[in-house]
Amino acid sequence: MTERMLTVRIQRQDGPSDAPRWEEFSVPWRQNANVISVLMQIQRDPRTSDGKPTTPPAWDAACLEEVCGSCTMNINGQVRQACTALVDKLAQPLMLAPMKKFPLIRDLTVDRSRMFEALKRVKAWIPIDGTYDLGPGPRQAPEDQELNYALSTCMSCGCCLEVCPQIGATTAFIGAAAISQARLFNNHPTGSMNADERLRGLMGPGGVADCGKAGLCVQACPKGIPLTSSIAEMNRDTTKQALKDWLFRDESKGGAGPGG
Amino acid sequence: MAERYIVVGGGLAGLMTVIKLAEAGKHVDIFSIVPVKRSHSVCAQGGINGAVNTKGEGDSPDIHVKDTLKGGDFLAEQPPVKGMCYAAPGIIYLLDRMGVPFNRTHEGLLDFRRFGGTLHNRTAFAGASTGQQLLYALDEQVRRYETEGLVRKFEYWEYLGFVKDEQGACRGIVALNLRTMEIESFAADAVCLATGGPGIIFGRSTNSTINTGTAAARAYIDGAIYSNAEFVQVHPTAIPGEDKHRLMSESARGEGGRIWVPKQKGDMRAHKDIPATERWYFLEERYPHYGNLVPRDVATREIFSVVRDMGLGVEGTDAVYLDVSHIPAATLEKKLGGIMDIYEKFVGVDPKHNPMKIFPAVHYSMGGLWVDYEADARGDLVKSSPRQQSTNIPGLYAAGECDYAYHGANRLGANSLLSCLYSGQITGPAMVNYAKNNMAAKGDAPARTLASAKTYWSDRFNTIYKMSGTENPYVIGQQMGELMVKTSTVVKRNAELDSAMVQIQQMKERWSQCNVLDTGRTLNQSASYVNQLWNMLELAHVMLKTGRMRDESRGSHYKPDFVLPKAKTKNPSDDPEFMTAWRARDEKWRKVSMARWSTEPQITFEPLKSLQVENPILKPEPRHYD
Repeated sequence: MTERMLTVRIQRQDGPSDAPRWEEFSVPWRQNANVISVLMQIQRDPRTSDGKPTTPPAWDAACLEEVCGSCTMNINGQVRQACTALVDKLAQPLMLAPMKKFPLIRDLTVDRSRMFEALKRVKAWIPIDGTYDLGPGPRQAPEDQELNYALSTCMSCGCCLEVCPQIGATTAFIGAAAISQARLFNNHPTGSMNADERLRGLMGPGGVADCGKAGLCVQACPKGIPLTSSIAEMNRDTTKQALKDWLFRDESKGGAGPGG
Repeated sequence: MAERYIVVGGGLAGLMTVIKLAEAGKHVDIFSIVPVKRSHSVCAQGGINGAVNTKGEGDSPDIHVKDTLKGGDFLAEQPPVKGMCYAAPGIIYLLDRMGVPFNRTHEGLLDFRRFGGTLHNRTAFAGASTGQQLLYALDEQVRRYETEGLVRKFEYWEYLGFVKDEQGACRGIVALNLRTMEIESFAADAVCLATGGPGIIFGRSTNSTINTGTAAARAYIDGAIYSNAEFVQVHPTAIPGEDKHRLMSESARGEGGRIWVPKQKGDMRAHKDIPATERWYFLEERYPHYGNLVPRDVATREIFSVVRDMGLGVEGTDAVYLDVSHIPAATLEKKLGGIMDIYEKFVGVDPKHNPMKIFPAVHYSMGGLWVDYEADARGDLVKSSPRQQSTNIPGLYAAGECDYAYHGANRLGANSLLSCLYSGQITGPAMVNYAKNNMAAKGDAPARTLASAKTYWSDRFNTIYKMSGTENPYVIGQQMGELMVKTSTVVKRNAELDSAMVQIQQMKERWSQCNVLDTGRTLNQSASYVNQLWNMLELAHVMLKTGRMRDESRGSHYKPDFVLPKAKTKNPSDDPEFMTAWRARDEKWRKVSMARWSTEPQITFEPLKSLQVENPILKPEPRHYD
């Protein structure tokens, strides 16, 4: 009996300045296989369908449980994590390609450092006084915890940026993930004390106002984070903050206040 | 040179060490093979222990100490465990202040749940992705220090080895830029390895692909002592997979989940057609007191014996049921949502309404790099002593899963996040004091020392790039994993361990016939893997050899040929005959295995120094959960 085989096409690219090419692999089918296990099989026998030796494709991976965000790529044209992509639920041949909105490193790996840089812009942290013993944190209603927990499951995978029409090679839009993180920290009793700083981080070029309201981010998010409501809320709050900043601007720094 | 510190690894232990150093105003370089936010700590699910005692149960840090020491069958040095358990409530409060979305009670307080090996509600949790939430909180604080210029991140850099000066002290590290394949040496006043566990040595485990243990293994090759390598935890409940086994948190049982199999062998009926009277809840029956929450080594052995020895696996397969379907779906969503999703996504069955099919899988290494501690007469750790968490190499520290210190022969659930954070908390100040005491005399690391370390590694990689043999390194890695799972996990037998050592030796020989598969200089993952594979083979050898030598059963290390006879009394301490046998065993084997690298691992067994004192914190006693 011949072994049941699976055809996989992978977009290869040796480096950012090299030309992309497609390579086809033929891999023994296994029950419950996911895209990761297919890539692992290729590592153990890196030959294309026509038997030609090639290098094992490079890809990012770590947890394989969809909590680290590493193995994000385009699978049959849809951006998602390779670990939760079960082969039997996918059309064949499998088509694997790198994310398009991030600079390519090699093959299926891209540079997503802008995801983390964006977290700096919105000061996505609680500015604690120190790590010494200061007793418990503020009490919180279970309902607030539930919303914050949902927001806090963002793994900076980049799916929301990949599908966003406002994100391109030359645009500066910060993207849904960081906007939603600003909401998370502004919704925390301690974090709310410097909500204004996060909101100002969302103003100006590339800020929340650049959102085109296509709504694709929320559909692409593997964690079901309510990204569009985060954007709506941060949009409203930055508008209020901008108004407040204008009303109460420091006169000593030039310009009169309203009515002056 | 300005004072500078290096932390390798960006999981909980590494990030906490960084935070402690940065908070003291020190400059830190952190190296990680992945962006630190993607470290393996994200996989921890169930929670973090701390005897906060908010449920009126009379819990206390002393009981936590006792549960932890007994859970590890008294193989952990006691003062670090005491320090950890006493610090635990403060650590949970700190995380709470950092914004971790811990589950809350109606009064708005932190909620706590049950976990294995204790009778108290001691585990704080954020849904069933507590590790992810804790890691993010620390990642955020480190990012804040990064914007302040105190922390530099070297992500996608792999640790290759430490830089050793002529006196044998650690003066920095050599690292590989995984994207450009550039090799560089970095000077530091002190270095901390927080590089996690070695699950990938077992091929498929609950670990992330990055958990090769290679950094700790290389430190061992370079002269650091590796201890208790034979103690590897096999978690009772995981979903078997092609690429990895996915953890189903102990918190599923903490929230009331039950383990069962059909009473009748070969019962092919669907679970819902099997009435309660025909289901065997074997943990509840055998351990009426702890029930489904016996420690992991105990639960794993029971599942193994029910499936492998009695042939009672579900539908004749390697599986038992883990059932939470009697718990209201809304509760499951709030308290276990993360793992409910994992099961549904990977198995395609909704566990809120169907029992899960699970089986044990390699999960955690109790062993790791040997680290020192300094305690006073009461068994309290001396604050900021440079000896805390220090390896035998001056200037080299270890924290988190890659150290051996906190869990003895078996780790209790929800103690790992705690030990990572606590060891990180004490490593930072220890490193600062080490530098203060030593660096004035030592001065800057000599340029030629740094240069020669870099040359060693450049040469080694140039050799690797030229490897053009017939062996595929990933195939050797897979075979190593299969061999280790078969011979060195739940049940160990000396004949099998002997044979496994011969096979590891053969794999080492085959390693030199490897084909590097890729000669490029951009993100050459297989060149990095070839180097890691050697380190893994060396560490696998240590695990097998210490396991072969330890002729007893203790915690996760179980040899059916070396078990104590069962006590005739409910409390084993009441059976004098048993106690005689138990004392004889303990005198011989309550010892830490210490592996020193040579062409053949050099192993010694050394008594616990915290039991050599007049009044130890806790006198060891026979471990039982009946």
